Amino acid sequence: MRENTKVIEKLAFAILGLATLIIIAPVGIILFIVLWHGLPGLSFEFIFSMPREGMRAGGIFPAIVGTLVLTVGTAAFSIPVGILAAIYLNEYAGRNWLTRLFEISIINLAGIPSIVYGLFGLGLFVTFFGFGASILAGSLTLSIMTLPVIITATREALSAVPMAFREVSFSLGASRWQTVSRVVLPNAIPGILTGTILGLSRAAGETAPILFTVAAFYLPRLPQSPFDQAMALPYHIYVLSTQVPNVSLRTQYSTVLVLVLMVFILNIAAAYIRAKFRRRKTW
Amino acid sequence: MTNEVKIKIKTTDLNAWFCDKQALFNINMDIYEKKVTAIIGPSGCGKSTFIRNLNRMHETVQGARAEGSVLLDGRDIFEKKFDAVTLRREVGMVFQKATPFPTMTVYDNVAAGIKLYGRIGKEKLDEIVEKSLKQSALWNEVKDVLHKPGTSLSGGQQQRLCIARALAVNPKILLLDEPCSALDPISTGKIEELIHELKEDYTIVIVTHNMQQAARVADYTAFFLLGALIEFDVTSKIFTNPSDKRTEDYVTGRFG
Repeated sequence: MRENTKVIEKLAFAILGLATLIIIAPVGIILFIVLWHGLPGLSFEFIFSMPREGMRAGGIFPAIVGTLVLTVGTAAFSIPVGILAAIYLNEYAGRNWLTRLFEISIINLAGIPSIVYGLFGLGLFVTFFGFGASILAGSLTLSIMTLPVIITATREALSAVPMAFREVSFSLGASRWQTVSRVVLPNAIPGILTGTILGLSRAAGETAPILFTVAAFYLPRLPQSPFDQAMALPYHIYVLSTQVPNVSLRTQYSTVLVLVLMVFILNIAAAYIRAKFRRRKTW
Repeated sequence: MTNEVKIKIKTTDLNAWFCDKQALFNINMDIYEKKVTAIIGPSGCGKSTFIRNLNRMHETVQGARAEGSVLLDGRDIFEKKFDAVTLRREVGMVFQKATPFPTMTVYDNVAAGIKLYGRIGKEKLDEIVEKSLKQSALWNEVKDVLHKPGTSLSGGQQQRLCIARALAVNPKILLLDEPCSALDPISTGKIEELIHELKEDYTIVIVTHNMQQAARVADYTAFFLLGALIEFDVTSKIFTNPSDKRTEDYVTGRFG
């Protein structure tokens, strides 16, 4: 009987470990291949110069700037709306059918395929509002896609703040807003930041939502206004690998590497914030 | 009961509910000024619900409501025009678990309540923080760590910090909801000592599971059972010669 338990224990250890390995392996392999092929082509000139010869030579500067601008634009719309909506839902709204309807909408919003967001953005922002294919339209489309992530992460962070702190605050004579702004939010900010950054990093790497709303095939200059089109890294990678013949593999890999690094930097920042504040957490 | 003591709070036919479940039944009770009143009774008997009605914290729970009247200095706090914020400045509360705000220092925790009511000068604030910490017998232990996080203090110190935080907004009444249930005997002793000192200036209502504690600190004791007030009298009478059989069974440890 005793022996049997030991064997099962070993088996469980092996299977659970293997499952974990399967998660790590793709990340490692992707990183290795991208670094291996992409690093040699990475240079100051590649990052900071305009593409030349039909994107077969030169750099990817406008695509990098485009992705940065789109990420900032997405943040500008989705962070305030997402956080305010989450505060309303979590701290103000009563538990009734309307709140549940909001919650179901948010869950479903998160499940919509990204190409549908792209078409929705084309219909609403590009055509109906007449923004044209522009940074504004692209940022708004990406914002709508990112909102459910930010709302969900913010609500989780708010819910993690114990009720007891709110009670104490009310008992001192604080209003609801004073309680939220002075007690709940300061305790929830690490969680909110982490979730928000992860949402934005996903938006930065998306292709489908920007396909019809902002992305330019080839635009060897920097965008001048929110109504300009822009190149963006994910779409540029798609273009280089399928639409333009005879692009060197090295250029393609280096472009992928830049996007992966940008997304990684965001994710590492999120992980850092989470780790830093976890130490402070004492309840 | 002596007649010269003034009634601070008077509840009349106080009934309270959580959604459909009634938690308090027709509570008629007087709380005397600058005395300590203990509320005892088994878990779930409505002790906490009762004191949470005295500062209208009960209504902050979704689905909770109350009927009847609670007169504070003769004014009904359940009236619509009675502002809950003003009420809670007047009636401070300390909870079972010590809950210093983790993002704030010792100093800021004490100042948290005062800062809610508008801008205040640094000197005035320093003065109030020092006075409150002295009142809660914590000043000597924390005067050198005022700007460290409130959560860095020990459990007993944290609970006295919470008392200081409640005192800082200058209430007249202090509601203590099982303030010692998570503390060791030494910290408990300190808090009980503190209650003795505070009743010079404050009306105190303390909910406790610990009958010896009620006997030690309270002038009056109320025994609650299943949401009803069974008996209310001077503490010595409740513990030595209760009128109701159920009170006697409880204080002698036959149930609860």
